[in-house]
Formats: sequence, C-alpha cells, structure tokens
Amino acid sequence: MSDLLKNTGGQVLDRGYQKTIWQRIKYNRQSYILIIPYLIFFIVFTVFPVIMSVGLGFTYFNVLEAPVFRGWHNYIRMFLDDDIFLIAVRNTLVFTFITGPISYILCFLFAWLINELPRQIRSIATVIFYAPALSGQVFTIWLFIFSPDAYGIVNGFLIKWGLIKEPVRWLLDPAYNLKILILVQLWLSLGVGFLAFIAGLQGIDGNQYESAAIDGIKNRFQELWYITLPNMVPQLIFGAVMQIVASFSVSEVSIRLAGFPSTEYSAETVVTHIMDHGMIRYEMGYASAMAGVLFISMIIANRIITKALKRVGH
Amino acid sequence: MHSRTKRLNMQLLIKIIFRDERAFVRKRYTRSTGGNVFVMLVLIITGCFMALPLVYALVSSLKPFEEIFIFPPRFFVRRPTLDNFINLFIISSNLWVPFSRYIFNSIFVAFSATSLHVIIASAAAYPLAKHDIPGKKIIFSVVVLSLMFVSQVTFIPQYIIMARLGWINTYASLILPPIGASLGLFLMRQFMEGIPDSILESAKIDGASEYRIFFTIVMPNVKPAWLTLTIFSFQSIWNNPALQFIYNEELKLLPAAMNQIITGNNIARLGVGMAAAVFLLLPPLILFIVIQTRVIETMAYAGIKG
Repeated sequence: MSDLLKNTGGQVLDRGYQKTIWQRIKYNRQSYILIIPYLIFFIVFTVFPVIMSVGLGFTYFNVLEAPVFRGWHNYIRMFLDDDIFLIAVRNTLVFTFITGPISYILCFLFAWLINELPRQIRSIATVIFYAPALSGQVFTIWLFIFSPDAYGIVNGFLIKWGLIKEPVRWLLDPAYNLKILILVQLWLSLGVGFLAFIAGLQGIDGNQYESAAIDGIKNRFQELWYITLPNMVPQLIFGAVMQIVASFSVSEVSIRLAGFPSTEYSAETVVTHIMDHGMIRYEMGYASAMAGVLFISMIIANRIITKALKRVGH
Repeated sequence: MHSRTKRLNMQLLIKIIFRDERAFVRKRYTRSTGGNVFVMLVLIITGCFMALPLVYALVSSLKPFEEIFIFPPRFFVRRPTLDNFINLFIISSNLWVPFSRYIFNSIFVAFSATSLHVIIASAAAYPLAKHDIPGKKIIFSVVVLSLMFVSQVTFIPQYIIMARLGWINTYASLILPPIGASLGLFLMRQFMEGIPDSILESAKIDGASEYRIFFTIVMPNVKPAWLTLTIFSFQSIWNNPALQFIYNEELKLLPAAMNQIITGNNIARLGVGMAAAVFLLLPPLILFIVIQTRVIETMAYAGIKG
C-alpha cells in the first residue's frame, strides 16, 4: 500500500498499524472470521493428530495397550539397530535426488510447452499428460506390463525379438525393481505441480510478453527467464513443496508393484517401512518416530529449495 | 538491437493501421519455426509414453479371458468384449449392499467435501495472502509444515479424535476431515499473492466488506486456481477408499467396494481389475476435462486483470 493512499484514505485504509496487537486483531476481525472455519477443521483433523503422533514417537505403543514412554530409544534403534531402515533411507534418497528434481523440471517444462499450443490441442495435451496422475488405480497396469511370466508385454516382446531367452521377473528382481519404480514414478509425476503451473501460466498478463518483445527479448528462453519465471514464483514454490512431499513419501507405487515387503526389502522406502511397523507389526511408537525423522528431513529440504526459488529472476 | 526494436515497432504500427488482427496474437516475435517443430516432436513422443500404458489398460479391460494368457502377448485386443464390465456388475449386484449405494456414497461425499473445502480454504487463504494481520505467518507455516507429516501414522490419532466426537460410521467422518486439508489453503494463498493490492484497496475505499471483496474481486481473479483445486480435491477424495472410520457396509465408498470385488475374484485379475480401474477413472476424468477447458479459457481474460 502506497503512502499516498494511506494519507488520503485515513481510517479506511489504515489496517491498524502502530496499535496494540489486540487492537489490530479487533480492527481486522473480518479477516479472522474468514480464517476461523478453516482453522477449526485444520486443527481438529490435522494439527492434533500430528502433535499426538510426534508424542507417540517417544513411546512404545502397540495400539492395543496404553503407550509407554521410552525416551530416545526409538530414534537410537532406527539408526543403530535397523538395517532395513537404512535400505529404506537409501531408496528414499534415490527418489528425492533423482526422480524428485526430474519430475519437478518435467512438470514445469511440459506445462510451459503445452501452454504454447493452440487452444484445442492444448486441452487434449493436458488431458493426456495429466491422465496418469488422475487415476488412483490404473497405474497397476505396470504390474501386467512387467509381468514376471512370458504373457507380460515386456517379456513377451523381448522373447519374440530374441533379446532374452527366459522371462525376467522384473518387479521381483532386486536388480531391476527400483529402476522400474523410478520409471513409473516419472510416468506419474505430471500431477499437482503440473496443473498448478498450467493455472499459473494462465494468470500472466499477456501484455508483458508484447512489451518484452518490443524491448528486445529475442527468443523463448529469454522470455522464460525474464518474464515467465519471475511471474510464477509463488506457483514454483507450491510445486516444489508438493514435489518434496511426493518424493519423500513414495510408498503406494512400491507396495502395489514391487510387493509388500518387496524381495529382500530391495524396494523398501521410508514410508513403506513406516507402514510395515505401524500397520503390520503394531509398533506405532516406532513408526511415529520414523515419521518424525522424515518430517524433519522434508522441512530441511523445503527450506533449502524455497530459499533458492525466491532468487529466480533476480 | 535498437534498429530491431524500431523495425518491430514499425511492423506493429503498420498492422494496427491496417487492422491486421495478427498484430495482437501473443508471442509472435520470440518464436522460431525450428523451435516450434522441435517442441511438437518432444510433445508427441512423450505424449505417447504417457498414453500407451493407459491405452493398454483400456484395451486390457476389453480383452476376453482367453486373450489375456497368450504367447506372444498382443498389445491390442482381437475380439473386444464387454464381458469384464458385465462380470464386474454381476459380481457387484450379488453384494449385500446394492451397488448404486456405493456410487451414491462416493458422489455425495466427493461433491460435498470438495465444494466445502474449496470455499472454506479459499476464504482462509485470502486474509493470509493479502492482509497484514497478527499471526498470519504462524498459521501459514503450520499449514505448509503439516503437508510434510505422512498420514500413515496419523490415522490412529485421527481415529481417537473421531471416536471421541462420536463420528465413527457417519458421513461426517468422510466429509469433514478433507475440508481442513492443507493443500487447498497453500495453493490458494500462493495464487492470491499475485493479486494487485491496488484493486483490493480501491474496493475497500468504496466501502466493500472483506466478504464482498473476497467473493466479487478475489475469487474471480484466481479462477484458474480454484478450478484446479476442485480437480485435486475431487480426485483425492474420490480415489481414497477411506476405510479407517467406516465399518458399516452401507456407508462404504466405491474404491473400497471395488477392492473387495477385485481381491475376491482372483482368476480374471487383469480383465476385471482393469475394468474396475477404468470405471473408477471415468468420473474424475470427465470432471477434469470439463474443468480444465475452463481453466484454459480464463486465459482470454488474463490481460484485463489489475
């Protein structure tokens, strides 16, 4: 708000600067009335459960009996006494450092390229690219594409063309399963971030491109860097946070495709490990502790990436 | 560069004088033909990679039983049949609860939860994006942080809260928790950040209340955002079997019923399983197509905002 407006508007425009906090709250009561309904649902169904889970991380809790306080025991066990947890961390890091950034870049790249298309084609392209992420169940088709017998599409064709002699047990073989999961994860990756970027691109004022062209922006990359990206910082931050969440918590794809547990835990991720302990072994305390560690790792990743993104275009 | 600018200006001027509409087509000067061809190629190739598994899923749902186990496998179906879909509905009609009840439950829950979430989360996002009020930073950071706590361990505490509220086995347990989802508020706040302060302030000078500003100025300005949020929200609620709080068969949702059918019918897994998956995909897909075309149409108005 400019000083000029402040001076002319007086009471109307002054949102309560230089007053006590209580006066500021009272002055902005309409704003709080807009926030409160959401806040009630958010606190009851999201904040309370998270706080309770963080607390459970310091206990032994088998869901049936009351939790017993165990201090840092769960955290010590995780890093010193649980080999599978370390496999899970390694696999999760593969997803965060390889599929995460690739997915994020693909989301933006395709949103940007599709946005250039004529309107009718644009709709069709958006449907095709978003469709994998749209469906909850259809990704299980990969189970049949990489089926371990000769009836599976991949094995069948490789045998027919003489490239392999016997069917490969793709998703059951530790040598291949993680690579296939990466492929499927990439196939599913044009999701939340992708649509948010498309919506964000719709909001950029077209006149900016016109004047930039006249000001000497020569090609599409200059235009991207000087106009499109700086205009999209809020959406880029949103997409990054959603990407961090998605890559740190890969689980559904691993469980449905590589099995639960996967062969020799080769496709175990932190979240499948949490599910193994929480839902199958009824060690909810230990599972919550792992969720706490995952939570802190995501917060750190989020801090680093958000800081980097705020520099875009500056 | 100076001469280039001058030339562009001249071209533009000539076109405006001769009322050549192409002068107003966006981004004319920064696109090379070679680049456009390359972009189209990239889009077509990756588009095929994205679409093929889906086509295969659709084709598989049309395959008769004897075509599923053949060697060498065929991608396409030779004698398409609706047997899998018919089987799916025969199995479902033998269920204890009529199948239409699951469909009603899913549609009712998904529509009511989505519309409430979009309105309530957007209403909260507006002050958090645009008003300088005490506590807004804390509220917003807690919302973003809560996204990072995996739901696989919060379901027990959630169950305890639901039980305390006495909402186990009610529609409320299905509809109310998604209203407080963090994603919606985060998305809406990010888009509302871009609304120019000047238009909000001038409405304020005209004496409009915050509620009025929210409905008449803020929401129309972020139409692509809340349309997109509608897709996300509907899709996540629709695909969620939501088994934690419901033990009453009559209140179960479609994905839960489908899972029961598929696991109870192991022989023709590929065919019936894919028929169920394709059937479940249809409602969110239709909604997506309807809404996404509107998201893209809002483009036309982008120039007049602010």
